[in-house]
Amino acid sequence: MELAYLGASIGAGLGVIGAGLGIGSLASSAMEGIARQPEAVGDIRTNMIIAAALIEGVALLAEIICVLVVVTK
Amino acid sequence: MAADADGQVDVVGHILDHHSLEVPFINAQHVFDGHIELPQFEVFGIDMSITRHVVMMWVASALLIVTMISAFRRPGPVPTGLRNFLETIIVFLRDEVIIPIMGESGRTYMPFLLTTFFFILYCNMLGLIPYTATATGNISVTAALALISFAVTQGAGIANNGFFGHWKNLVPSGLPAPLLIIMIPIEIIGMLAKPFALCIRLFANMIAGHIAILVFLGLIIMLKSYFVAPASVVLAAALYLLEIFIGFVQAFIFTVLTALFVSMAAHPDH
Repeated sequence: MELAYLGASIGAGLGVIGAGLGIGSLASSAMEGIARQPEAVGDIRTNMIIAAALIEGVALLAEIICVLVVVTK
Repeated sequence: MAADADGQVDVVGHILDHHSLEVPFINAQHVFDGHIELPQFEVFGIDMSITRHVVMMWVASALLIVTMISAFRRPGPVPTGLRNFLETIIVFLRDEVIIPIMGESGRTYMPFLLTTFFFILYCNMLGLIPYTATATGNISVTAALALISFAVTQGAGIANNGFFGHWKNLVPSGLPAPLLIIMIPIEIIGMLAKPFALCIRLFANMIAGHIAILVFLGLIIMLKSYFVAPASVVLAAALYLLEIFIGFVQAFIFTVLTALFVSMAAHPDH
């Protein structure tokens, strides 16, 4: 069914919206933190990368499910 | 890049595992056909064939042994060359990541964490060389790595808190009994979700970059036009550079999260 392609594409896009909002707000807070407290840049960077990876992991789960919809259709 | 008669590009075929190695510069169609077949066999009914990704893992392990031994063969106060480069990475991981997360007890887990980091890094980087495959782009490989990380996490918890103490630490102490009915299943799911997320994250990141590069290059064949080529090649080259960065970041993330989970299991009170 062609609708499966449509569903998978829309799902992939929705997953990216969520991850984009999450990582965007994470990065803005981290930048603000660094601007207020430049000496904490190392800690903030490490924790930001960890949080970004956790957000990205959820988004990638969504993307994998979308790929599976197309592949196993 | 292989394209069949319809001008369609076989993107998925380049990502999946195969029973053969691709060989460059061999055009003798009747001898190798551009491929070297690998042995296929079963052990007790389980498919134990040596596949392309298995060979890539062997190459990564061999390279790891060779580079590490040759770099750290001569101990001395002043590092040079390759040792300088590797020491920079190792000292960064130790002083900026592992010790701050795990405390001084992190030194016990340094060998495991550094081996994980460099193995994933080597697999990621080897996959970027033409004619090779990304072993970390295979969900079985990342699942095995995540299982090792899970085993070390549980082992660290049991070693530090005792067998029963470790399972008692699953939920915070002092909860009322009705809450336990909800909390225990949730915490068990959370415990199993960590290695699952590690596995999917590494797999999906490595696959996604390769698919994106192949799709950009495949546009040339799909649109059957020379004029697409400059844009495609530039975009693919940019993605390739991004892939180098992602290769480092994903190895780093896997190591950091493993260190975090081990530390959480070993010292549950903070």
